[in-house]
Amino acid sequence: MKDMAPEQPLLELRNLEKRFELDRGFLETIKFRGGKVIREKREVHAVNNVTLGVERGEALCVVGESGCGKSTVARLVAGLLTPSGGEIHYDGARIDTLSRKAMLPLRKKMQMIFQNPYASLNPRMTIQQALEEPVRHHNPSLSRSAVRDKVADVMRSVGVDPSWSKRYPHEFSGGQRQRIAIARALTVDPEFIIADEPISALDVSIQAQVLNLMLEAKEQRGLTYLFITHDLSVVQHFGTRVVVLYLGSICELADTATLFSNPKHPYTRALLSAVPQLNDDKPNHIRLKGEIPTPINLPQGCPFQSRCAYANERCRVEQPRPLQQSGGGMVACHAVEEDRID
Amino acid sequence: MSLLSVRDLTVKFAMRDNTVTALNQISFDLGKGERLGIVGESGAGKSITGFSLMNLISKPGFIDNGKILFEGQDIVQMSDADLRTIRGNRMAMIFQDPMVTLNPVLTIGQQMVETLQAHRDLTRQDAEKIAVMKLREVYIPSPEDRLNQYPHELSGGMRQRIIIAIALLLDPQLIIADEPTTALDVTIQADIMELLLELCQSNNVGLILITHDLGVVSQMTERTLVMYAGRIIEAGRTREIINDPQHPYTQGLINALPQQTLPGHRLKQIPGNMPSLANVPPGCPFSPRCDYAVDLCRTTLPKIVSYGQVEVACHEVERLHADDAAQEQSA
Repeated sequence: MKDMAPEQPLLELRNLEKRFELDRGFLETIKFRGGKVIREKREVHAVNNVTLGVERGEALCVVGESGCGKSTVARLVAGLLTPSGGEIHYDGARIDTLSRKAMLPLRKKMQMIFQNPYASLNPRMTIQQALEEPVRHHNPSLSRSAVRDKVADVMRSVGVDPSWSKRYPHEFSGGQRQRIAIARALTVDPEFIIADEPISALDVSIQAQVLNLMLEAKEQRGLTYLFITHDLSVVQHFGTRVVVLYLGSICELADTATLFSNPKHPYTRALLSAVPQLNDDKPNHIRLKGEIPTPINLPQGCPFQSRCAYANERCRVEQPRPLQQSGGGMVACHAVEEDRID
Repeated sequence: MSLLSVRDLTVKFAMRDNTVTALNQISFDLGKGERLGIVGESGAGKSITGFSLMNLISKPGFIDNGKILFEGQDIVQMSDADLRTIRGNRMAMIFQDPMVTLNPVLTIGQQMVETLQAHRDLTRQDAEKIAVMKLREVYIPSPEDRLNQYPHELSGGMRQRIIIAIALLLDPQLIIADEPTTALDVTIQADIMELLLELCQSNNVGLILITHDLGVVSQMTERTLVMYAGRIIEAGRTREIINDPQHPYTQGLINALPQQTLPGHRLKQIPGNMPSLANVPPGCPFSPRCDYAVDLCRTTLPKIVSYGQVEVACHEVERLHADDAAQEQSA
C-alpha cells in the first residue's frame, strides 16, 4: 500500500555541512607559531549539521543574523555550492552528488530569487530576452510564438505590462525589477522556489507588493518556498514554519505561530525581542553579552554559550542535540532540556 | 528659542537640461534635547534634509531658498570657516555605513585625536584621555587598546559605536543620524539604539533620526515628520502619527507593514511607486496612488495645515475637518 506511507518532504537536508577553506594551497597553510613552523588549515564553518525537511506547499523561513549561514543553506540547496558533508534529497532522490547534466531537469523544478534585483538581471538584455532565455533553455522544442505567449502570460501574472518587454532593466524601478526577477523564476513553471532575502532591498510599500505577489504565486501555482530573510515581521506573515540559525547551527525550528507566541531557545527570545514594534515607546530588548564569535574557530559546546545568560558548565563542553517538542518543533538547548528557563 | 528652526528650505539639483527640486519648502522646529524622526521611502528627501542641515549639499545640488537657524544663526548664509566651527562641534552627523565613515588607513585613536585637536586646543595626551572616556561611554571594551586599532579590525556594531563616540567627542547640541543601524543586524541595532537614546537623554542632546523603520521611530523619537517626494506631508507627535495617522500616505505606509495584517493574508499594499523627483505629478504628489484623490488633488497642491497637535498636507483631511467644524456650528 504505497498510498499509506507518510508523505515524504519535498526537500530534505540530512546533517548538511559546509566549510570554506581560508588557507588554500600549501604555502598559505604554513604558520610560524611559538618558535615552530607548523602546518595549519583554517576553515570557516558556515553550516554545521543542519537537518530539516521542507514539506510540499509550505513556506519554510530561515532566519538569523549576518554570518549565520542562511544564504549558504540556500546556495547549497540550489546546487550553487557543493556540501562538505551530509546529503540533500529532493522529491525522494539524492541531488547533491548529481552531475550538472543530471541536475538539469531538476533546475526547472527549482528556481532561485536573489536579494538584489539590480544585479540579478543582465543589464544588456531586454526584459523579453531575459524572460525568454530560461523558457527556451528548458523547453527547446517550444515554438517561438509559444515562448512569447508564455512570457507574456507570466509578465501579466506578476503585474508587469507585456508591452514593456522591449525595455532594459535600468528603465524599471527596484520593485518592478524584483517582479521581473520573480517572473523569470516562474517562466519555467517551477514547484520549488528558493528566495534569498527577496524583499530586503525594497521600500516598505513596495515590499508589500512583492510579498503579495509571492503569496499569490504560492496559492495559484501550489509553490513551495524556502525563504531566507533577516526580517522577522516578514517571517511572521509569510512563513508556515521557521528555522532559526545561529553560527551555522539550528537553534530552534517551529511552526510560525508557536515560535512567535512561545519562543523557547534563549537566542530566539533575544532575536524576537530586538525587533522594534510600532507600540514600543523605548527600546526594550533582551541584551546579549558580547558579539557573534567568528565561525573560524567555533566555540566548544553550544555555539550560543558565550552570549547566553543561561549557559552553565554543560553548555560549555557539550553540544546540545535537537530535542523534539510537542507540536512538531525542535529546540537545541540544554537549558530548555533541563527546564532551567522559565 | 528652539535649537533648530528650518523655514521654507528648498534644495534643487541643476541637471543638464532641467532643475530637479529635491526638497520643497520644508519647515520644522526642534527644541533643545528633543528627538525628531524623519520617515519616508527612498527618494523622499530624508537624507537630503539631513545633509542640508549641515550645509553639506554639494554640486550640482544647492540650497535655493529658505533658512536654517541653528541656535539663532543662519547656516545657509554662513562662510565655510564659520561652518567649520559648527560642524562636528555643535552639530554632528552619523551615517548609515560605518565602514565608509571611518578612514580605513588611520587608527581609531588618530581619527578621534584629529577631530578633537581641530576644534580644541589640546595636547595629544589630553585628547587621547577624552577619546578613551568617550569610548567607555559607548561601552567599548578595553578602550585604551582600541585607539591603536584600525577600523577593519572591528565588527560592524563596534564601528558604529565608535562613530557615535566620535560624534559625541565635542559635546554637540544636535546629532543627525541618517539610517544609523540599517546596515546592522537586529540585535545589534537594538543595542545601538538603546545607547543612542541613553546618551541623548543624559546629555540633553537633540536628535534627528532619519529612518525608514517606523518601529525604530516609535521607540526613539518624540515627534515625527513624514516625507513624500521632497515635501513634509505630515508632522506631529510620534505616538499620534503611529496610532492615528491622518495623511493617506502615512496610513498606507503603516498598513503595508506585515504585522498589520493577519499572517498569510494579502498585505494592504500602496499601488504604484513614488514619483521620480524629475517628474512629480501636478497637484498633490501622492494623488496618483491615493484612494481618496479627487479632481482638486490632481490640480492643486495641498498646503500643510495645522489641526491642533498634528500638521497634514491633504485636501481630504482638510475637507473632513471643515465638515466637522460646519457640523459643530449648526449643532
